[in-house]
Amino acid sequence: MWEMIYIASSLRLPIVMSLVNRAVSGPLNIHCDHSDAMGARDSGWVMLFSENNQEAYDNLIMAHRIAEHKDVLLPLMVCQDGFITSHSIENIELIEDDKVKEFVGTYHPEHYLLNEKEQMAIGPLDVQSYLFEHKYQQAEAMRNAKKVIADVAKDFEKMTGRKYSFFEEYMLEDADIAIVCMNSTAGTAKTVVDELRANGVKAGLLKVRMFRPFPTEEIAKALGHLKAVAVMDRSDSLNGAGGALFEDVVSSMYVGQKQVPTVSYIYGIGGRDTTSKDIHEVYSYLQEVVDSGKIDNPYRYVGLRK
Amino acid sequence: MYNVKEIVANRPSRFTSGHRMCAGCGAPPVARMVLRALKPEDHAVIANATGCMEVSTFMYPYTAWTDSYIHTAFENAASTLSGTEAAYRSMKKQGKLPANGDTKFIAFGGDGGTYDIGIQALSGSMERGHDMVYVCYDNGAYMNTGIQRSSATPRFADTTTSPAGKVIPGKMQSRKDLTEIMASHHLPYVAQTIAFANFKDLYEKSEKAIYTEGACFLNVLAPCPRGWGYPTDMLMQINKLAIDTCYWPLYEIIDGKYVINYKPAKKLPIEEFLRPQKRFSHMFKEGNEWMIEEFQKEVDKRWEELLALEGMGKEK
Repeated sequence: MWEMIYIASSLRLPIVMSLVNRAVSGPLNIHCDHSDAMGARDSGWVMLFSENNQEAYDNLIMAHRIAEHKDVLLPLMVCQDGFITSHSIENIELIEDDKVKEFVGTYHPEHYLLNEKEQMAIGPLDVQSYLFEHKYQQAEAMRNAKKVIADVAKDFEKMTGRKYSFFEEYMLEDADIAIVCMNSTAGTAKTVVDELRANGVKAGLLKVRMFRPFPTEEIAKALGHLKAVAVMDRSDSLNGAGGALFEDVVSSMYVGQKQVPTVSYIYGIGGRDTTSKDIHEVYSYLQEVVDSGKIDNPYRYVGLRK
Repeated sequence: MYNVKEIVANRPSRFTSGHRMCAGCGAPPVARMVLRALKPEDHAVIANATGCMEVSTFMYPYTAWTDSYIHTAFENAASTLSGTEAAYRSMKKQGKLPANGDTKFIAFGGDGGTYDIGIQALSGSMERGHDMVYVCYDNGAYMNTGIQRSSATPRFADTTTSPAGKVIPGKMQSRKDLTEIMASHHLPYVAQTIAFANFKDLYEKSEKAIYTEGACFLNVLAPCPRGWGYPTDMLMQINKLAIDTCYWPLYEIIDGKYVINYKPAKKLPIEEFLRPQKRFSHMFKEGNEWMIEEFQKEVDKRWEELLALEGMGKEK
């Protein structure tokens, strides 16, 4: 299957996939973590993450418009947490069918295999003299996707009043310490932020919605004022150097010349529950980093039995 | 009446010259002749598994295919094409494609992409009954990557992963019978054929497969001069020897009924087929006579089984 993920994007097929995030074997586990999405992070798919069912629904309605845009033409996956949100019942606001149809529109491909009037051949052997340029075109399309995602979100807001940005900032503007995470854990983290704020701790949250393309400049700007950051990955990259989201955040910060002490937290592997207690533990450590000015180990785990 | 001159004159090849396949390769005549069986007015979509045929006929930005063509990966020519066929039916129903047009769906895969890596996709597509033809061009090993044995490689063949020597006598296992596996899918049309003489057998079976509604399968032996080790100008003789020794029987299964299309008046000993091929040369060394005997036994057994299957249909 993995090879086909890459082939779908290189053939520039605007497929929309609802990816209910679950652990990749082995040993076998079907519960929530993000190892499936992280395995596909370099495959050339646009990737949107969703905290809850409302966001998953809304992202899916926006997805086709983004994927099928002539400046993009890339497949797109809408991610949400397996079981935690995919198998839970939540009340969501639905949009009338006719409005959705009008918003999504109809896809009219410029070229297609079944067109009798135009023969086409796709999926060649693409050797040293061409693959580089073809990959560059994919990279360009991914860069273009950023503007299209923003434009489509604007139109969506006009229709529904629901606003979607590249990421959500929760109590971040005046925060000293913050967590960066994706999907349902953001909901838990918001509760913890509220509790900490009630006790006078200036805690904040940044929840990434648009993971591919990655909003590097915007993230560096949004986190630059903090005194300590924890990036939480629900997938262990097994690389001795922190999770995938962590790496993207710290490289964005470095390139954006923002020097903030940052740590990686791996959590929730194989569907392990991540409770508000776990999130408190992360903020407590960030407070320690701020107080001591030191990080004893930047590659950390939370919720792991010792 | 089949007339090769008329066919060639009236139906220009839809698979063009200029491709990069080897001289003496058995696959290009198969592609050319299968496509000639299409009615000239019919549109076709060709799918190809990764393999010799794919890499040497469609190297960007050149293609030898005049029909619409898709290659995605090694294992899934059948599912790529069955998806295309399903999209065709859906788009036609929605009025997004011209109602009067007719599109035919043909997949090509080597034995690696069909007997081995692609068998799951193939079995699924055939069972789902898509209106398509899957053509396996069987050259009996992974020739594209340097002659590694496949499940289509005959016993005793010397390949780079079953090297004949002091330890093993070439491939140690017997060849999988894919045609019979496909017959067990109870498809409307399954046939085994080869390019020989004036291509009548190959042409007619292709035509039947393409114009029989539902999922149809053709297994075509396609020798490989590099992997088999024969002089490039011997291709057609090798093909003839394959059928005259009954190594590769020509037969078809129409709605479950077996018809053997060619019964050699004089069934030649298997040595005739084996001798011109370098991959079997060790079998002719002194002390290795048992290998030829074993090979002959296997050919005889399978031929007798086939005759029995045909006989059963006649008794009914």
